[in-house]
Amino acid sequence: MKTSGTTDPVETATKPDGIVQARGISKTYDGGIQALEGIDLGFPKGELTTLLGPSGCGKTTLLKIIAGLLEPSAGTIIVNGRAVTGPGPERAFVFQDFALMPWASVLRNVAFGLELRGVPRHERHVIARSHIAKVGLAGFEERYPHELSGGMRQRVGLARALAVDAEVLLMDEPFSAVDEQTRRKFQEDLLHLIQSENKTFIFVTHSIEEAVYVSDQVVLLTPRPGAVSRVIRTGLDHGGSPEELRRNKRYLDMVEEIWQMLRGYLV
Amino acid sequence: MRAFGRDIPIMFALVFWALAWEIVGRAELVFLVPPFTHVLAALAEMVQTGKFQDATLLTFESFALGMGLALLLGIPLGVLMGRVEAAEKLLGTWVNVFVSAPLTALVPVIMILFGLGQTTIVVTVMLFAVWIIVLDTQAGIKHVNPSLLEMARSFGASRLDLYARILLLAALPEILAGVRLGIIRAVKGVVIGQLLVSIIGYGELFELYSRNFLMEQFWALTILLFAFAMLAAELVGWAERKVEFYAGARG
Ligand SMILES: Nc1ncnc2c1ncn2[C@@H]1O[C@H](COP(=O)(O)OP(=O)(O)OP(=O)(O)O)[C@@H](O)[C@H]1O
Ligand SMILES: [Mg+2]
Repeated sequence: MKTSGTTDPVETATKPDGIVQARGISKTYDGGIQALEGIDLGFPKGELTTLLGPSGCGKTTLLKIIAGLLEPSAGTIIVNGRAVTGPGPERAFVFQDFALMPWASVLRNVAFGLELRGVPRHERHVIARSHIAKVGLAGFEERYPHELSGGMRQRVGLARALAVDAEVLLMDEPFSAVDEQTRRKFQEDLLHLIQSENKTFIFVTHSIEEAVYVSDQVVLLTPRPGAVSRVIRTGLDHGGSPEELRRNKRYLDMVEEIWQMLRGYLV
Repeated sequence: MRAFGRDIPIMFALVFWALAWEIVGRAELVFLVPPFTHVLAALAEMVQTGKFQDATLLTFESFALGMGLALLLGIPLGVLMGRVEAAEKLLGTWVNVFVSAPLTALVPVIMILFGLGQTTIVVTVMLFAVWIIVLDTQAGIKHVNPSLLEMARSFGASRLDLYARILLLAALPEILAGVRLGIIRAVKGVVIGQLLVSIIGYGELFELYSRNFLMEQFWALTILLFAFAMLAAELVGWAERKVEFYAGARG
């Protein structure tokens, strides 16, 4: 799949296979708003899949259903062959607003998932420290969230999700609250992470560039109620240098093509 | 404090007013105001009497019991009203009424229910303090960032975890603000309760001093009570400032 040069996006049928599968997911909120309709999707292991679609089409809703935080009105989520009934240790969530506990140090925040799982203090601190270092925050262990910049806070959120060593990382617009430079750095870091961690990422973003840049697979959703419009395999080589990738013709064409598809949804 | 473009230390202000009091007292302008030094002498004498010490003990005991009850009832009730809409609908109006009601008017009813003893004072303290604690706790719980709760759930938090590790901690600044206001009200409660019961504690002393026109003792006791009240508020304010940093950082 990691080829570049051809201009046509490789489109696959939306057959549900992969470590995470959505089968016939629909969601109607109390009050009658239907957010999702009949979502069938597969999220291949070790890849990054982005959910892309107009505002309000149900991306967050789908991500929370996969996380087990919301119950679907119909359908099932399968993770590792087992139906999801709630949150589980094989999935971890990275929140758009970071969701850090303001009363806890960086160390305690990062170790929080392990704390809830009953990992002894010393052990969880050792694990947390290594992940804090991995996201580039070594030396900030005893700081508090309000002493950190937005970008640093999101790194804490990421370290917390990594610390529980989940196979699937769910990220809801994780970079939307940081400035453009930080965002680019994050995107590059994320690519390294995918290469080194062999985890499955499900990612939500509003940015087409970001989606194509980091993804192996981009899922386009229709306006509300969200349904799968297209699944596009980017087929880009994420191993090369960032500059190469951002100037890659296939990358640029794909961004343009997705923009053409999405603009049809804008009035 | 500032005057003539200079900082006036708080001690200076106290000394100034003490002097003014002394002069008015010495001039024997108002019979109700004896010289400040006489009041101080009376104070020194008073604190050594067994009657005063018993009254102080009773006051602190009633205050602690009443305040303890207020916390024990107020915080859980506030949490319940913050989490369960039905509870809020059912109790919200009453809590709001009681928070601003002149509760002194209810003390005679408490006296009828609980007699002219310490129980009445404890209940009065509780009644004065509890409502603001309920209200602030509820506000704190309702303003907890929902994504913190989702975060905890996503990492496998149990119901108990959600309360003990997220909700109560996230609402702590508001809860402490409620406790501080509650303590200030409780101080009023413990004084008003004793004054109305007037046969035990400071109430008995006040009754004794004012009936016999012992103005020096009367003022000594008043000063002492004011000082206690301010000290109590200061202590809570200090505790509150310790957690303030994250109230501002919650976003
Ligand atoms: N708790 C809720 N109750 C009722 N309706 C909701 C709720 N949460 C979301 N919705 C509605 O469901 C639809 C999908 O919401 P969702 O947040 O999943 O969209 P989204 O694709 O993430 O949007 P955005 O790109 O703006 O983040 C929206 O129309 C929203 O108004
Ligand atoms: Mg969203």
